[in-house]
Amino acid sequence: MSPVTQALDAPAAQGTDRHAQLTRRSAGRRFLTRPEVGSLVGAIAVFVMFFAVAEPFRAAASLSTVLYASSTIGIMTVGVALLMIGGEFDLSAGVGVTTSALAAGMFSFQFSTNVWVGVLVALVVSLAVGFVNGYVLVRTGLPSFLVTLATFLMLQGLNIAITKLITGGVASDSISDMDGFGQAQAIFASAVTIGGISVKITVFWWLLFVAIATWVLLRTRIGNWIFAVGGQSDSARAVGVPVNRTKIGLFMTVGFLAWFTGMHTLFAFNTVQSGQGATNELIYIAAAVVGGCLLTGGYGSAIGGAIGAFIFGMTTQGIVYANWDPDWLKFFIGATLLAATLLNMWVRTRAARR
Amino acid sequence: MTSNTDGVAVVELDGVGKNYGNICALSGVSLAVEASEVTCILGDNGAGKSTLIKVISGLHSYDEGRYLVDGEQVRFTSPRDALNRGIATVYQDLAVVPLMSVWRNFFLGSEVTKGTGPWRRLDVTAMRETADAELRKMGIDLPDIDQPIGTLSGGQRQCVAIARAIHFGARVLILDEPTAALGVKQAGVVLKYVAAARDAGLGVILITHNPHHAFMVGDHFVVLRQGQVELNAARRDLTLDALTLHMAGGAELEELRHELDRLEATSTSPASAGWKNG
Repeated sequence: MSPVTQALDAPAAQGTDRHAQLTRRSAGRRFLTRPEVGSLVGAIAVFVMFFAVAEPFRAAASLSTVLYASSTIGIMTVGVALLMIGGEFDLSAGVGVTTSALAAGMFSFQFSTNVWVGVLVALVVSLAVGFVNGYVLVRTGLPSFLVTLATFLMLQGLNIAITKLITGGVASDSISDMDGFGQAQAIFASAVTIGGISVKITVFWWLLFVAIATWVLLRTRIGNWIFAVGGQSDSARAVGVPVNRTKIGLFMTVGFLAWFTGMHTLFAFNTVQSGQGATNELIYIAAAVVGGCLLTGGYGSAIGGAIGAFIFGMTTQGIVYANWDPDWLKFFIGATLLAATLLNMWVRTRAARR
Repeated sequence: MTSNTDGVAVVELDGVGKNYGNICALSGVSLAVEASEVTCILGDNGAGKSTLIKVISGLHSYDEGRYLVDGEQVRFTSPRDALNRGIATVYQDLAVVPLMSVWRNFFLGSEVTKGTGPWRRLDVTAMRETADAELRKMGIDLPDIDQPIGTLSGGQRQCVAIARAIHFGARVLILDEPTAALGVKQAGVVLKYVAAARDAGLGVILITHNPHHAFMVGDHFVVLRQGQVELNAARRDLTLDALTLHMAGGAELEELRHELDRLEATSTSPASAGWKNG
């Protein structure tokens, strides 16, 4: 070999103690580079604040209420966070929940079927909406903002128009006396009493979905693909990752969770207002971003999204407990979003600096 | 697969031509890539380097001539086909996902799993250790296999991509302008790993338009011009100056120089001298 190559050996020689370095990356630093650290700090801050100013907030039953509010946001946020890590987002997620609930409620009522038939029809509808979002996106190459904005507007229109056409009003008919209602309610909208405190079942579903999503993201091939697709889809495709299937799957996951949340709404209230749901998608997206998901994709965690949802759940209920004017809620959410994003950015740059 | 000690080239092109419509991008290109050798393909922009690479890597098919792998004619329909024959391509920008860790990038698309059914999961320990060992074999020392690959330098990223290709069974490695976007030191690091890949017994095809880089590691040089082979020579038959001259257009450049000399002789304006230095 030429002297040139010998000279090049010099930089490699400094790595002799590399095994020491390998283990030196401390647990602390590893923790700080996790996506959800910023939001954890934020969650603690919000908790401490309401704990200090709102006396009713301190009761254990209040925590149960806060967790319930968090879970209704959080279940959707799981899907939205996964999708965001995969590099896309879904503006139709909010009205998609209502679409699913309306589909189940109206189908069961109009055809007088067991409610489970309506539930399955709604599942098909929700998965189809997700599939169409994903399919149009990968086939046209249009940005997800545009594709899902179109879906959002179309679903919003369909929700109200079809409901009016069928029921003559703006809400679906009550299905509380139909076959299978009690059974479905037990699954989607019941409560479990733990230590004298009633905890809504959605809290447990929420935790389960977060756990599954975390497992998938960190310990399965699909999780690896989600990060890759969001981080650099061209590279992912070049090494054989099925980019299109991954993206469509993510949109369908959002569809699945919209179905689940929709079923909760339906069986908790027996009837669904056709106009509701809009602007919730922004709360889901905000929760995912607060939880450390990068809007541009390739980075984030399901746990972070859950913490983001918890922050917003605490805020929603905390404002009530503190006797503040609820009009402040949106302002508070916006301020939290900004603060959390800046905090995340700061933590990440500090932790990444070596 | 058997080794190619018997003198059969791993990859051989025999009079290969490629047309895009009625534009002739390549014609009559013949070259042989031997194991444990670095074959450098040089040429100016538009000389046909990219087309040649696309043919060898299976992205495009060829229209004339023969393409042989281990002495056997092939016609690839996708890069996957080429990969299955052990021909891997490392593209300059398409190599990695910056925010993912080094080991996840290393195994991306070919993840190792254990368990079955819903318990089928990534074998993280095995992947981290394998990635670490493979990189070390190439002489790449990383302080932390968990760091995002985006925090590595451009040269190191190329090296991880090269090590990855080797680990997944590449026998021929096509490197598309690996040093183009790199500084002097980084380019040196990449060339060192090119040499390491060659020493590991791979046939390396190095595409570059930098004759200095090519001459440091090359065993065989092919210069393309307007889709045709301008020069096909072994290292011992060549000097860096001769290579540079061929690369720069050879006889054509010589002629140009004469013309410019004449211009300078007739022109007495100081502006022309300034232009020459600039």
